[in-house]
Amino acid sequence: MTLFGYRVPMMASLLVWCVVWEVVGRLDLVFLLPPFSDVLVAAVSLVQTPSWQSATVTTLRAFATGMALSIVIGVPLGILMGRVKIADDLLGMWVNIFSSAPLSAIVPVLMILFGFGEKTIVAAVFLFAIWIIVLDTRAGVRHISPSLIEMARSYGASRPALYSKIILWAALPEILAGIRLGLIRGVKGVVIGQLLVAIVGYGALFETFSRNFRMAEFWALTIILFAFALLIAELIERAEAKVEYYAGARQ
Amino acid sequence: MGATALRNGPSPVPAPIDSIVEVRGISKTYGNVEALRGIDLDFPRGKLTSLLGPSGCGKTTLLKIIAGLIRADGGTVAINGKHVTAPGPERAFVFQDFALMPWATVMRNVAFGLELRGTNKAEREEIARRYIAEVGLAGFEDKYPHQLSGGMRQRVGLARALSVDADVLLLDEPFSAVDEQNRRKFQEDLIRLRTNQNKTFIFVTHSIEEAVYISDRIVLLSPRPGRVSQIIEPEIDRSGDPERIHRDRHYLDTVEEIWQGLKQYVE
Repeated sequence: MTLFGYRVPMMASLLVWCVVWEVVGRLDLVFLLPPFSDVLVAAVSLVQTPSWQSATVTTLRAFATGMALSIVIGVPLGILMGRVKIADDLLGMWVNIFSSAPLSAIVPVLMILFGFGEKTIVAAVFLFAIWIIVLDTRAGVRHISPSLIEMARSYGASRPALYSKIILWAALPEILAGIRLGLIRGVKGVVIGQLLVAIVGYGALFETFSRNFRMAEFWALTIILFAFALLIAELIERAEAKVEYYAGARQ
Repeated sequence: MGATALRNGPSPVPAPIDSIVEVRGISKTYGNVEALRGIDLDFPRGKLTSLLGPSGCGKTTLLKIIAGLIRADGGTVAINGKHVTAPGPERAFVFQDFALMPWATVMRNVAFGLELRGTNKAEREEIARRYIAEVGLAGFEDKYPHQLSGGMRQRVGLARALSVDADVLLLDEPFSAVDEQNRRKFQEDLIRLRTNQNKTFIFVTHSIEEAVYISDRIVLLSPRPGRVSQIIEPEIDRSGDPERIHRDRHYLDTVEEIWQGLKQYVE
């Protein structure tokens, strides 16, 4: 971005919005919006409380478990759908429906199935994250050049070798893109799950803060969550850039 | 017909004395398009045979059937007298679009055939290094395919095929995605390589000049359905400077002759 001929760094716009927030907060127009500096102060004291720390551990554990499950199940499922037509015909419709359905509506059903605990949160993360991983993996496998597969066959690749040495690698850029999008959806899943269950992790904290109108802490928690989501997306993007580099101009 | 030995008419073609690949009655239909009908061919050991014909004559299909990559609807392929229906270590394929793994270095790409066979790393890299040098890519071992030009990428594909030490090399229009200057250089190298390596080459091309320039034997296929229409053995002396061949009388005559034969298939 350039402004009056000067190059302005990307983060500068964020700074502008922080200033706007601060000004609006100081004007005391809406009690929902405390000044940004208050939010920062609240954030610093929040991360020192044991309730935040245990909530973070619970949330991270549920998120990591849900993500691990959706990657471990989603990637093979996507590869299967990309390679086997029957599997694609059988599952394609459902994967597409679930990937675009308003999944928040299903979370209460999960509560009935898995109870008011961490299992429901894990299930919510899984349900939010897996479909995009399946779809992107499938697309990646579909786009593998047929001659690359013929090459492996003509040089005597066994079926396991074909999958582990060619198909997985050739589809890796799409698989990583799917995982990145899945992670972002997974963050959504963990928050929505916890909000609905309302007695676990961040959900409990959000519930407490908003019920008691502790807006500074509410916003602090929101910002921490956003920062976390952006950070992992950024990390995956780095990995993707590396893979893209090796994949080069994919012939 | 001067210096050019010419056998007219359809198959069966009299079998040469020592043929390494024998194709008998191969036919293939895609949906309701008949790609190949009753192909009988013998490929003499140690020679370079080209499959030449207009697009849609099924030459690539025939090559892939010999490679075991496509199943024929009828007929048999025998290599060294043994019937084959799947790929095997006695054949190696060079692909039109190179088919290199973009995530792997030149070294790993060239050694990939040996890697699949379970050759240990030190041994396969030593063999690969030798063939990388053989095709003129020494010093590029650690580069990735996207860092190479089209011509260099196909050299990697050729080195990979050479390194598995197959008896028969199957080349599917290997130079069609390579620019003109590189193609000329590549053809000269192939002639040189043929004298060094005691291998049988089966070469698919749609270029008459290319076929005549490099082949001991040219099989002309006619389109829809693909059938053997003519077999030509250009008697061109390739021992001297490869540059000279382009001005050779026999070369020019043979090109003209084949063009006259193929003209009827071109609208």
